[in-house]
Amino acid sequence: MTEYNFAYLDEQTKRMIRRAILKGLAIPGYQVPFASREMPMPYGWGTGGVQVSAAVLTPDDTFKVIDQGADDTTNAVSIRTFFQRTAGVVTTTATRDATVIQTRHRIPEEPLHEGQILVYQVPIPEPLRFLEPRESETRKMHSLEEYGLMHVKLYEDISRHGHIATSYAYPVKVEGRYVMDPSPIPKFDNPKLGDMAAIQLFGAGREQRIYALPPYTQVVSLDFEDHPFEASKANHCCGMCGATDSYLDELIIDDAGGRMFVCSDTDYCEARQAMGHKGKDAA
Amino acid sequence: MIELKDVSKTFTLHNQGSAVIEVISNVSFAVAPGECVALTGASGAGKSTLMRMIYGNYLTQTGEICIDGLNIVQAKPRDIIKLRRDVLGYVSQFLRVVPRVPTLDVVAEPLRALAVPADEAQARAKALLTQLNIPERLWSLSPTTFSGGEQQRVNITRGFAHTYPAMLLDEPTASLDAANREVVLSLIEDAKARGAAIIGIFHDEAARSRVCDREIDVGRFTPGMAA
Amino acid sequence: MTPLLSVQGIAKRYGAHIGCADVSFDLYPGEVMGIVGESGSGKSTLLNCMAGHLVPDAGQVVFDTRTDGPRDTITMSEPERRMLGRTDWAFVHQHARDGLRMGVSAGGNVGERLMAVGERNYGDIRDKATDWLGRVEIDASRVDDRPTTFSGGMQQRLQIARNLVTGPRLVFMDEPTGGLDVSVQARLLDLLRGLVRDMGLSAIIVTHDLAVVRLLADRLMVMKSGRVVEAGLTDQVLDDPQHAYSQLLVSSVLQV
Repeated sequence: MTEYNFAYLDEQTKRMIRRAILKGLAIPGYQVPFASREMPMPYGWGTGGVQVSAAVLTPDDTFKVIDQGADDTTNAVSIRTFFQRTAGVVTTTATRDATVIQTRHRIPEEPLHEGQILVYQVPIPEPLRFLEPRESETRKMHSLEEYGLMHVKLYEDISRHGHIATSYAYPVKVEGRYVMDPSPIPKFDNPKLGDMAAIQLFGAGREQRIYALPPYTQVVSLDFEDHPFEASKANHCCGMCGATDSYLDELIIDDAGGRMFVCSDTDYCEARQAMGHKGKDAA
Repeated sequence: MIELKDVSKTFTLHNQGSAVIEVISNVSFAVAPGECVALTGASGAGKSTLMRMIYGNYLTQTGEICIDGLNIVQAKPRDIIKLRRDVLGYVSQFLRVVPRVPTLDVVAEPLRALAVPADEAQARAKALLTQLNIPERLWSLSPTTFSGGEQQRVNITRGFAHTYPAMLLDEPTASLDAANREVVLSLIEDAKARGAAIIGIFHDEAARSRVCDREIDVGRFTPGMAA
Repeated sequence: MTPLLSVQGIAKRYGAHIGCADVSFDLYPGEVMGIVGESGSGKSTLLNCMAGHLVPDAGQVVFDTRTDGPRDTITMSEPERRMLGRTDWAFVHQHARDGLRMGVSAGGNVGERLMAVGERNYGDIRDKATDWLGRVEIDASRVDDRPTTFSGGMQQRLQIARNLVTGPRLVFMDEPTGGLDVSVQARLLDLLRGLVRDMGLSAIIVTHDLAVVRLLADRLMVMKSGRVVEAGLTDQVLDDPQHAYSQLLVSSVLQV
């Protein structure tokens, strides 16, 4: 513990990040530039999320990390261990017990409550980037609310696939103002973004941007009148816990093309199994 | 309808030692509705030049050219454009069109510019093309590929598509056979009958004496050519 | 009658070099004006100043807006000017690549302006895009193809469709037929003429091709070294040029 300042980053840096977070909360959906630091992990492994977590963690917090919904993957385990060692905080896998949850590409199935903070790892914060490569131009488009281009992307989807095929990182409009990339969460999770009781913070380390959604913010997924937004998921129930309402991962289980669907949210699935729910593939 | 007062014209050739060439000086005459006036004079006397000045195609240095009350020497471009669209028709010796546009559309265009509905404009164009013996199989082709005589007839149908109150005709019967010449002369007579003021250049003396009420010898106004 | 566009005393310098200076004119609804001059004569600088792509050092560009009447577009706020740029104004670039999104389908390219002004019905947007492809003589079956698969002439027609779909009142064109072969040029000219007439468009066309202005423009301005040396009715300026430079320009054209 004595080798590191609390939560690894020095206090000045944490202050700088907190200022960016506060500004982000004040202007929901607006991308606030910040001076992203080198972290002891490569870009793309969640350096943005880790810096945001470091800035908001207090010694009393209970910390949870998920990677695509799972608490037990390499990325989740190493980040959890990182803060155990550098901040000495209590960690958990139970969604409801955590006060700070860092996530990569999922929102937990269990509704979050007030007092919790959900920290997203964001690879590319700019939703307009794929259609407009110039940063100077995308900034201007945000400031002038010129978002026609966002619908061009959806238009292209429909014209090519017959429906909006964008299934993750589905763009949203925040409080009728800023168009925001919700990070690569499945669009199944999009409805949970809006009106959430918890604070949502988004950190992009390589791109040096932080943005935020305060509790109970209006978040609307973009769509067309005749092609409305749909929060889709695989049309199965969880093979382990039998849940019908959770987002599922498809697993290939043998060389003969056998497969099963299981909850991507491991905590949710395990909690259900502990309560006696059983899917068709459960041992 | 058309009135010229003390009209003079010089060309200044800046790139040829700034040579100043006086082509027309002190022309005055008027043409009343229903009247057809022939411009005569030797080749080079400035007949076509004078006609182009009346059309606003050549700039006039001094004097007044009033057509339907508009002095085109002083008029703004957009007033001249409006005059050309509504009042003043011009049949030149050359056909100038966008390549690849069908003949039928070329002829109907002056009417379309007056916001005449497409079908009505086309009907009028078809009638005129038939009258001037342009075979129907050519209507969908661009006139740029036509023979000289055919181009001249297309040019005439285009010039007569709208019933202009004032018309300028530069050699309308040149290179036409007897039958088509007859059609053109009757078109001119019809225009006179409905009250159009016409100024024409006709080398064809018989045609001139048939449709023209009087002649104006342009040679009189040409410096250096006057006797 | 109020001019649609009234340009007064536009000047733009690049350091000591004059881009353009003392340019003033009025453009009325339905009028097409050509600006000719050799390369470097300032015609593109002038066009970009008028279209809001460059900020002139002096002068006014007063546009008769639908809602508030004549407004100086130089001093209006950027959001307002950009809004004009996607509603009442259109800009056709010489190179279609500059005016198109090459990675987006033809339909998406045409539909972008509609979506930018708030249209949110996919079916309607697609129908309008398809209709416009037809108007610029692109087969409806190409609606989902990217412009990268189009010929140069088709790309240029697509750019025109993309610009006109919102029914603008003023179109700026920078060498719209440059770089196209002659037969393709002719078709494009005919198309532009028809659209200008049927939609009652006003247009300002910058070109060095005198044949193009003769066929498209009602009026002509001849520029040299950043200044307008002669202006007037197109056929008058071309057939009876007054200024030494205009005479040189006209007499330099190769006769076919």
